[in-house]
Amino acid sequence: MRSGSAVVFNGDTIKPKDRADGVQFCPIPVNELSKGSRNKVEQNTLALAASLNMMGVGFQPLEEVLTEQFKKKGDAVVRENLGVARAGYDYAATNFKPFPDPLPMTDARYAVLSGNIALAMGGVAAGVKFYCAYPMSPSTGVLHWMAAHARKAGIMVRQVEDEIGVINMAIGAAHAGVRAMCATSGGGFALMTEGLGMSAMMETPVVVIDVQRAGPSTGVPTKTEQGDLWQMLGAGFGDFPKVIAAPTDILDCFKLVPEMHNLADRFQCPGIILSDLLLSEGRASVDPKDLDFNVEIDRGELITSVSVGPTSQASVGTPPSAASLIGHSGRSPHATADSSNSQNGYKRYKITESGISPRAIPGIPGYVHTAATDEHDEDGVLISDEFTNPHKRRAMMEKRQRKIAGIEAAVPPPKLTGEPGTDVTLIGWGSTKGVISEAVEILNSEGISANQLQIRWLVPLHGEAIVELLKTAGKRTIIVENNYSGQFARYLRSETSYVPDGYIRKYDGEPFMPHHIVDAVKEQMAGKTKLSVPTHEIMV
Amino acid sequence: MATVVEPDSSKLTLADFKGKVDPDWCPGCGDFGVLSSLQKALVELQIQPHDVVTISGIGCSSNLPGFIHTYGMHTLHGRALAVATGVKLANHNLRVVVTGGDGDGFGIGGNHFIHTMRRNVDLLYLAMDNQIYGLTTGQTSPTSRKGMKTKSMPFGNIEEPVNPISLALAVGATFVARGFSGEPKHLVELMKEGLRHKGFAFIDVFSPCVTYNHDNTYPWFKERVKKLEDDPNYDPSDWHEAMKRALIWGDEIPIGKFFERTDLPSLVQSEPILEGEPLAHRQLRTPREVVQGFVAELI
Repeated sequence: MRSGSAVVFNGDTIKPKDRADGVQFCPIPVNELSKGSRNKVEQNTLALAASLNMMGVGFQPLEEVLTEQFKKKGDAVVRENLGVARAGYDYAATNFKPFPDPLPMTDARYAVLSGNIALAMGGVAAGVKFYCAYPMSPSTGVLHWMAAHARKAGIMVRQVEDEIGVINMAIGAAHAGVRAMCATSGGGFALMTEGLGMSAMMETPVVVIDVQRAGPSTGVPTKTEQGDLWQMLGAGFGDFPKVIAAPTDILDCFKLVPEMHNLADRFQCPGIILSDLLLSEGRASVDPKDLDFNVEIDRGELITSVSVGPTSQASVGTPPSAASLIGHSGRSPHATADSSNSQNGYKRYKITESGISPRAIPGIPGYVHTAATDEHDEDGVLISDEFTNPHKRRAMMEKRQRKIAGIEAAVPPPKLTGEPGTDVTLIGWGSTKGVISEAVEILNSEGISANQLQIRWLVPLHGEAIVELLKTAGKRTIIVENNYSGQFARYLRSETSYVPDGYIRKYDGEPFMPHHIVDAVKEQMAGKTKLSVPTHEIMV
Repeated sequence: MATVVEPDSSKLTLADFKGKVDPDWCPGCGDFGVLSSLQKALVELQIQPHDVVTISGIGCSSNLPGFIHTYGMHTLHGRALAVATGVKLANHNLRVVVTGGDGDGFGIGGNHFIHTMRRNVDLLYLAMDNQIYGLTTGQTSPTSRKGMKTKSMPFGNIEEPVNPISLALAVGATFVARGFSGEPKHLVELMKEGLRHKGFAFIDVFSPCVTYNHDNTYPWFKERVKKLEDDPNYDPSDWHEAMKRALIWGDEIPIGKFFERTDLPSLVQSEPILEGEPLAHRQLRTPREVVQGFVAELI
């Protein structure tokens, strides 16, 4: 505890001895104030009410929350809780010293949501029509929200027998023309990896969310970690393009989902969203205006119908005219409807400069084809059993891999937060954005200039741009991540040969707190170590 | 029963279902009979090639989608039923036919087999059952008889084989049949019934492997198979009787329709979201007032 902080506790059962300088002890006589209520959790209501009083929050918000919380249990329960709360609130007013800076009150109403809800709602914004999953903590919240809102949102939600079934069902649905998504955690993702390769080989888009928990194996299902990065990087055998991104906060969970669907659709490949327990089960309040469902929807080169007319051209949905796009049938074919799109010569895997071949969904006359996981030629016929056809195989490999250039062009390189030329640059990825930015703020206030590089897009990484940026970013660079082996540090090094000056890692299941990072930076600036592993304080 | 196709250009013929390439199965393979029976059944029901998706896993028989002119997916070993479920739910106007072998369906895909039946997904599943792994050059399969010697069990199989018919009945499949590729006319009729069935239709088809299975040959099946349809007293709506017949295996092996019930809704019929236009053709945007409601819940 630091000077200026306060400790609110049950004065009947806890008798603390020492206290740090400037720390206020606030014992609450629980038995007296709750008038002998047998309900032990009354102490929580008392503590909450006392704390709110000290923070300068009026009694009314608490009254509203308690009434809402207990109204189902009847008026008597509401009255009892309000009485206890009032007692705690008033006791604090007369016995404890309020904080010098009361919390500012506002009339604004915020939306409170978890990362999992944000991911699910992002799916609605993206136009997902098929969601399936097998329950696995900490990803199950996505399934719960989807299932509860499926009928209103018009989304087919299925609970499947296992994660192998999940990804295969999602790819089947995507192949038939919908946007499909699924979520799991590391163990379920391991079962999905063969399916990920199918998505790449058939060039059928699918978006998979992996909510990381502390591994390996069953690990610590209720604790957080950033330990799945290399599983994502290596997921699926063989070489194929895929996109991987880690949302940086709870609102970003919402925003990233439609972006990922656009990329998966445009480049006809799997897209992976790498969340973690910290984001997915954490909660944030956001401005409802920021939950914007009117996002760009770009389905890429997708043939969904044969328009009636002399040319018998199919309607091909390509580049996005963003907001105007509603669904995809009946759009004018402003995309290249060249000879390969005409009815008889359709080649599903036509070799193109971009590597993208117009994708026809089943059910359209004139575009009959077979999509195969075996290597195939342009019209989908298997070449895997031919005596030998190295030239076709090479051409198909290169066609698929050419999509990587397009993906790189579609995804921006990361940006430095803060001015370059600081004492220290803290590099993080995904969910650590918030805690690192708090640490940066503290360091700056304590005379150590600091800035932050937060990575959101993991594949493509834009490694060269990162190295260029780090040349001038700060005198010392430190990679901060929630795992043992420095998975991102190893990835950055493998892609660019870049080696930072130090590392801060934590793998005890708990997220970083700002002072962990601040103390570690100081320790490293004092030359004590290059690898800091903060100890998590046990708070009972 | 008439299989004569009128020479009418508006009518589909077998030529309309001929694939881009000819099958590369071994000469004499049972799968030829399954492919031609499927093509015949589709012609007789006059189902448009572009309305059909033929979906398979991996194995000799799973190469079938490449040999028939319909939309096709040649997916992963054992996963065809899961993929097919996704296809059907995303576009319920499509006719979905799943093909594969006994290893694909009852071994590596066993879990999906059980749950797809339980869900009563509206599709036709043809398991080409040759009691052997053929593509991998002859190992024991889940339906290999006890004692059978293969490369993977050279001293003889010591495990009991799975009985796909009794398994399907136990799990609650709503259409359960067994065919034999050496009885193509009978097989075509079973397939037509399966295609007409609302819900999950399962046909286990004896499809002899002439290269790696020298136990379960054409002559071996020919002298044993006996059509349930030839028994005037057999009632395929009687589940208990179906189970009794399913357990018959030896000098006599019943083929035909063991069981059908039509009183259960299919998965598509059970799901209100699927009423009307297929999901694949719906607008992507969710109406503004609906998403506003979702946000309001959080405030």
